[in-house]
Amino acid sequence: MIRLDGRARKLGDNINTDYIIASTRKRDTIDEQLLKQWLLETLDPSFAASVREGDIIVAGHNFGCGSAMEVAATVILAAGIKAVIAQSFSRTFYRNAINNGLIPVQCDTSRFDEGDALSVVLDGAALSVENHAKALTLTCPPLTGIVLDILDHGGLVPYMKENRALTPRGT
Amino acid sequence: MTARTISEKILSAKAGREVHAGEIAMCTVDHVLGTDASSPMAIDYFEKMGGQRLFDASRVMFAFDHYSPAASAKTEALHERVRVFAKKYGAELCDVGEGISFQLLAERGSALPGSLIIGADSHTVTAGALNLFATGVGSSDLAAAMITGQVWLRVPESIKVTLTGTRTAFLSAKDVALALVKAIGPEGANYKTLEFHGSALSAFALEERMVICNLGVEMDAKAAIFPSDGATNEYLAGRKVGLDAPVTADMHAVYAREITLDISRLSPRVALPHAPDNVVPIEEAAGTPIQMVFLGTCTGGRVRDFHEALAALYRAGGTVAEGVQLVVTPASREVDEILRADGTLEAFESLGAKITTVGCGACCGTSGVIPTDGVNVLSTANRNFKSRMGNASASIYLASPAACGASAATGKITDPRAARVSR
Ligand code: SF4
Repeated sequence: MIRLDGRARKLGDNINTDYIIASTRKRDTIDEQLLKQWLLETLDPSFAASVREGDIIVAGHNFGCGSAMEVAATVILAAGIKAVIAQSFSRTFYRNAINNGLIPVQCDTSRFDEGDALSVVLDGAALSVENHAKALTLTCPPLTGIVLDILDHGGLVPYMKENRALTPRGT
Repeated sequence: MTARTISEKILSAKAGREVHAGEIAMCTVDHVLGTDASSPMAIDYFEKMGGQRLFDASRVMFAFDHYSPAASAKTEALHERVRVFAKKYGAELCDVGEGISFQLLAERGSALPGSLIIGADSHTVTAGALNLFATGVGSSDLAAAMITGQVWLRVPESIKVTLTGTRTAFLSAKDVALALVKAIGPEGANYKTLEFHGSALSAFALEERMVICNLGVEMDAKAAIFPSDGATNEYLAGRKVGLDAPVTADMHAVYAREITLDISRLSPRVALPHAPDNVVPIEEAAGTPIQMVFLGTCTGGRVRDFHEALAALYRAGGTVAEGVQLVVTPASREVDEILRADGTLEAFESLGAKITTVGCGACCGTSGVIPTDGVNVLSTANRNFKSRMGNASASIYLASPAACGASAATGKITDPRAARVSR
């Protein structure tokens, strides 16, 4: 079981990967430890400095749309954020998150506010979110098959090191 | 056998078993594409995964398109890392000045009907114009595919997009694409394929179909696929490498959604800042002053785009308006060579345009020209996010090459149908 406790950092709909980290920033380096100082700078230049270890991003629809650039996932992790909760995810961001061990949680975030105390709980395939500020517990669509398998391994690198191949469970 | 969509047929063939929407399929890929923006990270993953060799070096290609040319020693170091890797493992490398990754694959005749292509660039979907399944992935999926030759895909539901009606003068594929982005929305095709049907398809050449598929990503589509027909054969004539297997949808295939767009009454479109779905008819944006016009990218950087832009610029007066910077960036060396041979680039040059190195150019602020503070840019690209071109204070408008050409002449957003100034 994985349990993550942290405070909500609220963002809007259609947060594209260029907003998460600008293409101009990653042209000189793909080191996420350097890039994290510019996390979400286009939306809020002070955001990166305000992130605390354990913060959880809470967004609206279509989080991570646009470019498929994987630094968008690794830079979030480097900043100390281990889960993103959104109404929905763009598919390339979703895959990149899973492949790096960042937990993408799909649920109704409409009642969540900036700063809410949250817990994300992954128990087997079951995924849920507790919003302590709103006294809410939300059950999310479970993670299944190869997606869960990759996340259970901690990402695609450890998965590939162990399996040497892509072998979906149940096929 | 149940009736199937084009996506279900291609992915079944690549999975070696019949699969349907919603299932996870383990598919064998035909081509794996990396760019200079995604490959350095893919190489890191490859090494961390313990990769020893490429599954098939002849099916792996890297293109230096985003940083063309490299703007700093640090960027150059990223290029060098990919060069060394490509040499060591035998993959094809298309260096600075060759062109945009999936455009190169198409030009070489390697993107064939029935293929499965994955590329670490979201706009890889563009290649679906050739009746194939092409989709974008990140660097880690790319690395796993470089090692295994496989990718896992959830077989997508498809949206049936039917284009009907008669194409009118100056109606560009870009206008059709922007109208679809507006109709379907920025996540309307999430996890889904757009499959194109209808009597109006034959009015669009292969290069134009690429524009429509390209904007599929701005609807979050996983793939965007045209049928194979005369236009496909015309494009592939003299290029084709290997065997193709055209794929058609079964008559009773099941779609998640069906959309029909009658293009007869469609007017040119413009996407306003700062989202590609912020689309209005050009009449509503006409008159907006612009200070930079960018002709290029994987959306509007092919031969006919520059021809249309130049013709519209001539019709609207034939000179670039004062205070307008015109930037021209061909998407590939082949495009560049054709435009040089037929005098198009020379014509742009004599109008004062800045012709930059082949590749992505100013599209995402990584090479070429960065707009100055506070300017309005009109561009043939696909994305107009704030700061996309490297300056958060610039406002980016997206339109067809013809609208961009006409507007360069007038200094304001101009309907290419209306622009007829006698010289
Ligand atoms: S031209 Fe622009 S959208 Fe196309 S691949 Fe290059 S950066 Fe991406």
